[in-house]
Amino acid sequence: MKSAALALLLAAVAALPSGSAAAPTGDPTHGEEIYARCVACHSLAYDRTGPRHCGLFGRRAGSVPGFGYSPAMARAAIVWNEKTLERFLASPATVVPGTTMGYAGIADPQERADLIAWLRLASRSAERCTP
Amino acid sequence: MINQVNPFAALETLSRRRFLAGSGATLSAAAIALLARRPALAAGTPGSADDPQADTRILNTALGAELEAIAAYAVGAGSGLLQKPVLDLALQFQGHHKAHAEVLAQTVRKLGGTPVEARAHYPFPTETLKNQNDVLAFAAGLERGAVSAYLGAVPLFHERELAGAAASILGDEAMHWAVLRQALGQDPVPAAFMS
Ligand code: HEC
Repeated sequence: MKSAALALLLAAVAALPSGSAAAPTGDPTHGEEIYARCVACHSLAYDRTGPRHCGLFGRRAGSVPGFGYSPAMARAAIVWNEKTLERFLASPATVVPGTTMGYAGIADPQERADLIAWLRLASRSAERCTP
Repeated sequence: MINQVNPFAALETLSRRRFLAGSGATLSAAAIALLARRPALAAGTPGSADDPQADTRILNTALGAELEAIAAYAVGAGSGLLQKPVLDLALQFQGHHKAHAEVLAQTVRKLGGTPVEARAHYPFPTETLKNQNDVLAFAAGLERGAVSAYLGAVPLFHERELAGAAASILGDEAMHWAVLRQALGQDPVPAAFMS
């Protein structure tokens, strides 16, 4: 009885994504569908309620010229890449306390990986990023 | 006519609590009792309990998106691409967004904040809107995004009343999305859950 419960618990723990484990591989096609959750506020080529996502990778947080960032985002010492986006998109308000991005985040690591894989391609696509 | 139900009505007392708490005014015994009965509303919410502006920020971001939606429907309605029944729908939905914006702005003010204002210009992809279905699909995308945005806001509010009020708007956006999908000939309710 006890050992069965323990085995179950261990299996559950093993299934949890550990901080250092390799992130799941992202599927950009599914990622594009997930981006539908962002389009009330964002688009690739234009600043809207949130800043544009074109040119996101390698960009310092809070650095799109002319966009009205929160002081928190403007001050954040973050450069956007797979790793930093993975953390931010899990819980924006935890990673950047005081952010105006009032969005709880994407809980599922696979969904985050898919979204980030798509963002990586789309945010540097010449076709999508020429306004 | 829009039936004027204010989902934020429960906040009448809330804003008073906030005002008292934020102004450094001496609290009446009643106010202290009121505050004490709500000790840990912020517990477990990212963005920390000692950040009284957190809810205002979320509301103001939602307000910004609503103001953009109002402008988007104006573009759709003014495009000349919408036929009569669809045009009426667009204007009705625009009216709902106006009602959302109004109540969000009021609430931001009540909480002591300054509501964001509509921009003079919104960059809409008008060059891609060539027929009625393009306009409907554009609107559907915004409404679908709005459902997700409110869904993402609900768990962040420190005040539960605000979460409830945001959920009330979420329901309206979801209805818009379903009706627009129906008008596009798509499955109006494609999933049991929204994310
Ligand atoms: C309710 C509106 C809203 C939604 C929904 C939203 N965002 Fe944001 N986002 C913002 C705002 C506003 C900012 C600016 C935040 C600040 O200045 O603190 C922002 C900032 C960001 C940034 C930082 C960009 C930079 O230039 O530093 C990233 C990355 C981002 N959002 C990604 C996303 C993704 C991906 C989604 C969908 C899963 C999403 N956002 C959903 C409003 C939103």
